[in-house]
Amino acid sequence: MQSGSAKSSQTLSAESAHVVELANISKSFPGVIANRDISLQVARATIHAIVGENGAGKSTLMKILYGLHQPDSGTIAINGVITQFKSPSEAIAAGIGMVHQHFMLADNLTVLENIILGYEPTKYGVLSLGDARKRVKELATSIGVDLNLDLPISELGVGQRQRVEILKVLFRGAEILVLDEPTAVLVPQEVDELFTNLRKLVANGTTILFISHKLDEVLSISDQITVIRQGSTVSTVSPKMVDRLKLAELMVGSDLPSHGKRTTLVGEKIQLSTNKLTVLGKDRKNPVENVSFKIFESEIVGIAGVDGNGQFELCEALLGLVDIEGTVEIGGKDASKLSIRERLDQGLAYIPFDRHREGLMLAASLWENSLLGHETSLSRGPMIDFDAAKKSCREIIDRFGVMTPNELVPAFVLSGGNQQKLVVGRNLATAPKVLIAAHPTRGIDVGAQAAVWEEIRRSRDAGMSVLLVSADLEEVLGLSDRILVMFDGEISAELDPKSATPQILGKYMTGTQ
Amino acid sequence: MNQQLTTQRNFDSMRKSLNTLGSSVSAIILALSICAVLLLVTGKDPFAAYSKILETGLTGEKLLEMLKRATPLIFSAIAVAIGFKMNLFNIGVEGQYLFAALIAAEMATHVSLPRPLHILFILVVAMVSGAAWASIAAFLKIARGVNEVISTIMLNYIALSFIQWLFESFFRDDSDGGLNVKTTKIAPSGRMPDLVHDRLNGMFIVALIVAFLYWIVVFRSRFGFRLRASGLNPIAARTAGIPANRMVLIALMLSGAVAGLIAMPAVIGDVYGYGPSAIATQFGFAGISVALLGRNHPLGIIGAALLFGFLDSTSAVLQLSGIPSSIVKVIQAIIVLVVVIVNEASSRRYNRRTAERAAADLKSQEVPQ
Repeated sequence: MQSGSAKSSQTLSAESAHVVELANISKSFPGVIANRDISLQVARATIHAIVGENGAGKSTLMKILYGLHQPDSGTIAINGVITQFKSPSEAIAAGIGMVHQHFMLADNLTVLENIILGYEPTKYGVLSLGDARKRVKELATSIGVDLNLDLPISELGVGQRQRVEILKVLFRGAEILVLDEPTAVLVPQEVDELFTNLRKLVANGTTILFISHKLDEVLSISDQITVIRQGSTVSTVSPKMVDRLKLAELMVGSDLPSHGKRTTLVGEKIQLSTNKLTVLGKDRKNPVENVSFKIFESEIVGIAGVDGNGQFELCEALLGLVDIEGTVEIGGKDASKLSIRERLDQGLAYIPFDRHREGLMLAASLWENSLLGHETSLSRGPMIDFDAAKKSCREIIDRFGVMTPNELVPAFVLSGGNQQKLVVGRNLATAPKVLIAAHPTRGIDVGAQAAVWEEIRRSRDAGMSVLLVSADLEEVLGLSDRILVMFDGEISAELDPKSATPQILGKYMTGTQ
Repeated sequence: MNQQLTTQRNFDSMRKSLNTLGSSVSAIILALSICAVLLLVTGKDPFAAYSKILETGLTGEKLLEMLKRATPLIFSAIAVAIGFKMNLFNIGVEGQYLFAALIAAEMATHVSLPRPLHILFILVVAMVSGAAWASIAAFLKIARGVNEVISTIMLNYIALSFIQWLFESFFRDDSDGGLNVKTTKIAPSGRMPDLVHDRLNGMFIVALIVAFLYWIVVFRSRFGFRLRASGLNPIAARTAGIPANRMVLIALMLSGAVAGLIAMPAVIGDVYGYGPSAIATQFGFAGISVALLGRNHPLGIIGAALLFGFLDSTSAVLQLSGIPSSIVKVIQAIIVLVVVIVNEASSRRYNRRTAERAAADLKSQEVPQ
């Protein structure tokens, strides 16, 4: 769409209808794709979605808007006034608020304390909590949020924490709210609640920039949608004019890969099983309670659940990272007493929840990262075989399409999707018997997602068993042969993906059924 | 294409080394300038001081002294660096080497072996003693989660008192008479031969060998990879099957073992025994500075140890020419401070450049989707 941005930037006036106007923003930015000539206009009191694959430049653009990066060229106009933000505090002062994908809350402080943190109202230099409480209450009521302000954050669910983040930003006087993948961590019911709050916000005059790659949600909530691909704006469309498929094609720039139906059969040999597996909570409820399941050869079992319902601890227990009661069997043999190393040697592989925390050494080169966990096979005697390790990394890069100049660059230069491909590749390259895949495609783009899914399917066809832990219901429904729902540490339901829907899953996941 | 790629890679690794070297050298120059200002403020002529340092330091005699003074620093810095590579801060090198010095000196008098074996025996005892003392901190960390910074600092004090008690109660030998009490003198078969008579002994060569072994083990071996991985991301390392507790134990014991060698140039090369006033202290802390300055790399550590040895060797002469000799310690401390700051800034810049170059490379390469 030729939305003459050059023209409009000349006609800027103090009374501009556009709250945010980005004109011809370019940025050579450390990372894989930079911003090229991006223009964007956001009307007051609307929800404007920005969609695009990860690594397409959405985050860069938002960081520029939030003052975390400065553009190489192009202008930012807020309420018609051209501004330059040197830091986030300047952006905040101009009324821009950002809710990050990863919440930045202090667990042991209360809701109220978190909201006012850094902006505490004082009287004669003394903290005046009463005023703060009143203001926060008003804010919360105005957008229809009902929260006990005195609860510590640690007792809140994910959805409530997000509401606290939003209130925190509003408390600082934000009139323009940037939400980065706000629904990634929510179940469908929570998403509906969030959207209700957002609509109230907009009715009160707030403008929302909504970053997402979940197309259905974008279509249902937005007033305008801007699609970004490879660092440039492809188009700005109205949700009334496009459907899901059209939007996806704009994002990817080509036809979408389809969900392949499986042609192979589930095997008969049990590859991974647990019997009454319980993970003991030290001074809290047991995070995993009495979980028993079997996974057959060439089968994908999906575990659906809201984050924090024991999936993480279940994976840790299967790997041997925590003390358990009950048993774990890998390949028909009792593995309950084995060390992590021994379990991995039995043919277990693990794609971790959080690639930065549990998967990668960001400062180390790609080949060292792909070597991690495979040191034994890539050694000659007690010495690392550098050539073999680098060669193995190059193979992973080629096979899994990791976009990188070579295998020597440090892992932090890759975009999230490419980092994930490397982690997935490292685990699939050795043809494991059992794969535990936790959020294998979280935060990565549609193209990379399809590639990861395809690789998992291919390995499954070759006989690999998969335990797929995911909060992305589309992923669980599309990949699994069977679905287990985990709620509050227990398996609350076993469903057939052919008859299950996101709504049904959502009910079991929230314990309402 | 392949040729081009290899050249490109050689460039990349060279660029990194140059970046490291460049930032260290500029830090040293900056530190010297700050010291010059300090000297000026106190009414001394910085050029006179620096030229005095160079003039006296660059004589043959002083250069030998530099090597001699660098020897314990190399051991100490490598001991610290082994811990650093795993994100373990072994502040207890001080206690570990003094404990090792006493035990090795005493044990040396209880065996009679032919020369090379006797020396080897003493070195092994020193390493085992150092490792044993370090293992206390490791066990505390593994079993009770005690932070090694705190436990190793505390163990330094315990070591000092423990050594004093052991020495006074059991190992002290007064037969020599005089004020400098020591353990029984080590027999000639257990003495390290000199490289240059009375100026430099063979422990300098041992230090170079240890530096080489440190490189092989930490940077090239499978064990070293696991060690570094545990330092770079302990959770990822654990998830990949690297046993965290065992790595802590081995790393701290290795660190302690190398620490055990610090006093050996004196014990078997100079003093031929242990005595509270005969064995110099504080090397354990100086090693932290040298490791920081040398960025935990063996060549960097050797270079940094030589620089510190050089500065130390000139301090006595400075005193004679009316310049306070403590200016040497001030220079060393400022160098370390500046290096830490400059390194941080330059590695940030280096990371940014790397990322930008990677992005640019990718664009020109046109990788197929």
